[in-house]
Amino acid sequence: MPTNQIDPTKWVDQYSDYLFNYTITRINDRELAQDLISETFLAGLKSMKNFKGEATERTWLISILKRKIIDQYRKKNSKKGKAEVHINYTDDESEGDWLEEKVADPYEQTAEDTIENEELGEAIFNCLGKLPSKQARIFKMKTIDDFDTEAICKEFDITPSNFWVIIHRARTAMASCMQENWL
Amino acid sequence: MKLKTECHEANHICDKSQYKEATLLEKIKLNIHLIYCRACRKYSARNGKLTKMIKNPSVKTVSAGDKELMKQRLRDQLNTSNQ
Repeated sequence: MPTNQIDPTKWVDQYSDYLFNYTITRINDRELAQDLISETFLAGLKSMKNFKGEATERTWLISILKRKIIDQYRKKNSKKGKAEVHINYTDDESEGDWLEEKVADPYEQTAEDTIENEELGEAIFNCLGKLPSKQARIFKMKTIDDFDTEAICKEFDITPSNFWVIIHRARTAMASCMQENWL
Repeated sequence: MKLKTECHEANHICDKSQYKEATLLEKIKLNIHLIYCRACRKYSARNGKLTKMIKNPSVKTVSAGDKELMKQRLRDQLNTSNQ
């Protein structure tokens, strides 16, 4: 007996941001990440009948996305080995030093910072996914996409005071969710 | 001028100030309220922390246009598979 239903028409609205954050931390390329997500949705559509309803839709989509990301890594790696890197020691004295020290560090941040930042995005979208969908959408538009209050009120056909109540509820829920899962 | 503020009003100002939409007078009112209200101090601190987290550059969304494109691709696929 399937417990979780599947509805592809809502995928983009509900999951694209979460999946995007998941992908961008693993593949550092906006366009490629979006392509992968789009492909994930299409692949999900094709294998919809294999969805048994044991997991949630999102978990299921993530598992497809993971495969896509791994494939992407493989593709990249198969191109490797064609170019060889030669490093010459500048003088005899430094011979035997670690090669890593000679390579410029492309990241200013420490590894720890980077990991923290990467996981933060996932944590936020995870919490966002737990809110009621209207609340989540309004909160996302206002807070992350920086829309005007007026524009949002118009789009959802609500009054400003209505809007602020929704924002307040969303913020309270988000704050406690983040406190549990993040801090 | 009424300086005493109720908690729900203080929270409302606090929410607005997260988006830089609170007026100066409102901010003064909020700060006076925070002096004597412990619960609202806690709420304000958490609220500010949340704003900071979300302002983190690593939090990204897909633009509306790109979402539309994705939807379109999905719809095309749905239509062809239904035929």
